[in-house]
Amino acid sequence: MDQTTNHFSGSVLFLDRNDINTDEIIPAKYLTEISKEALKPYLLEDLDLPGFDPDTDLAGRRAIVTRANFGCGSSREHAPWALEANGIRMVIAGSFARIFRQNMFNCGMLAVELPADVIESLFAGFSGSETTVTADLESGLLHFSANGKTEEIPFSISEFDRALVKAGGWLEFADNKY
Amino acid sequence: MAGKTVSEKIFDAHHVDNPAGDMHVISLDAVFCHEITTPVAINDLAARGKDRVFDPEKIMVVIDHVTPAKDSKTAMQGKILRDWARRNGIPRFFDVGRNGVCHALFPEKGFVRPGYTVIMGDSHTCTHGAFGAFAAGVGTTDLEVGILKGVCAFRYPGTMKIVVNGKLSPGVYAKDLILHIIGKIGVNGATDRVIEFAGPVIDEMSMESRMTLCNMAVEVGATSGICYPDETTVEYLWPFIRDEYDSPDAALADCRKWLPDPDAAYETVMAIDASEIPPLTTFGYRPDNVRPVSEMEKTPVDQVYIGSCTNGRIEDLRVAANVLAEKKIADTVRGIVSPATPGIFNQALAEGIIQTFMDAGFCVTNPTCGACLGMSCGVIAEGEVCASTTNRNFYGRMGKGGMVHLMSPATAAATALAGYITNSNLYNG
Ligand code: SF4
Repeated sequence: MDQTTNHFSGSVLFLDRNDINTDEIIPAKYLTEISKEALKPYLLEDLDLPGFDPDTDLAGRRAIVTRANFGCGSSREHAPWALEANGIRMVIAGSFARIFRQNMFNCGMLAVELPADVIESLFAGFSGSETTVTADLESGLLHFSANGKTEEIPFSISEFDRALVKAGGWLEFADNKY
Repeated sequence: MAGKTVSEKIFDAHHVDNPAGDMHVISLDAVFCHEITTPVAINDLAARGKDRVFDPEKIMVVIDHVTPAKDSKTAMQGKILRDWARRNGIPRFFDVGRNGVCHALFPEKGFVRPGYTVIMGDSHTCTHGAFGAFAAGVGTTDLEVGILKGVCAFRYPGTMKIVVNGKLSPGVYAKDLILHIIGKIGVNGATDRVIEFAGPVIDEMSMESRMTLCNMAVEVGATSGICYPDETTVEYLWPFIRDEYDSPDAALADCRKWLPDPDAAYETVMAIDASEIPPLTTFGYRPDNVRPVSEMEKTPVDQVYIGSCTNGRIEDLRVAANVLAEKKIADTVRGIVSPATPGIFNQALAEGIIQTFMDAGFCVTNPTCGACLGMSCGVIAEGEVCASTTNRNFYGRMGKGGMVHLMSPATAAATALAGYITNSNLYNG
């Protein structure tokens, strides 16, 4: 599979809340589905966030910016799958629940942790406008832009996580290596 | 340098790679599969053009959660698994008529040995640690990699050692012991760690009881529970390993290499006095909400369920049948028993245990997970209460809006007779 860094680029969905859990990302009643694609219509169906409507707010999004402890709750991998089925392959958050974060990298997706004050400045500077973000894994920079305004923010992930992302996930990594 | 724990020895013997920090890739001796979590993995592998298996001899497959299928969706899950096993030439595939609850069936077939590494897309895979193996539940991507490459990545495990001294009182079983431990250390008390169960009480336990104990290690967050391989382990496995060793003694000597070093480094060591443990049950929706049965006396129940990978084995059915003998369950109670495998069912038939259950007024189902996860064969209604020998009392576990009280088969049987939660000592004395 050809995975390049520009896989992590596109329109940003801002979710202004802490502790968004896996039940909100994909409700448990859909766990009987037998394909990842089948989860697509249900992403964030139960998100408790005033003003958010999954039917209108998800279209065309490629990344999420949110606050602390994203992905807490159960260990279900259905949460990153539901994101991926909707074309969202990058989540930028103040922090992540451990298993969710590992599941993201296992699926070849990017989970970027930024300090709370940087997240705050992103919400303050961009959340009101149509924003795009591009992650450059080589330089370790996130490029944000909206209405002619741009900002570059450094980020880091571990060597192993970088290798998983480059390979397209743990499955591709393991299939090539072992 | 300090010596090694059991899981450290197993990790080092299965070492493949150390791709980062404390992440270790280890080779797998067995990958177990059932129809709830494997179909997604199969479909994803196929979509990636990787519909292969690393070794059909090391993949064991069962349809156990909803069997026979109850609707089109569960029938399709079974079909995907069945078709996959056939096209990949997997010989150890157990379909309806020969199937049983995975964590009871696979040990009974001799698929787990001391020192083995085992994964499955099922959180109670830790059960197999009873044989001195490292056995862990995993997510779908890990399962896919296990199926495809026969490896899995884990953090190098820290170990908590729990030494159980004293003696279990009459009417108190492995289930009460593990409920006691869960109540004591809490649902996150051993997260990401391995638990070694040691001490005279464990040494005296049957393999069935050890499996009950290790089964619920995940209820304190542990990756695996482990018991030390000994005479009991070898005796249980002897029919499957007799061609490999000259004598049980030779097998035992070989198994001993998996025992921890005397100077192994543990993160925590905890001692428990088994003599102090009364029959226990849970209240509320967390398995660490544990109370003596005596404090829950007279809590009415609508259903009593005896079965599951925790307590659906022959020893469990014997204990329950002993309590039920010549008696009738309360009119207000529905009793359901699911012998966990066809082998257990047969044995129970031969011993007259099935008859005892039926005479007492129980419904005997085929071997299946069924009611344990509220999918079939005994789902409870909103507002109903089930006294159950299973392992999880999460909200809605056995049916939306229902309450589950976890307990031993003895207490469950006594509860069925009374119609409310009660202490088995009243009935088996
Ligand atoms: S019996 Fe219950 S806990 Fe055990 S594998 Fe089946 S559903 Fe899971």
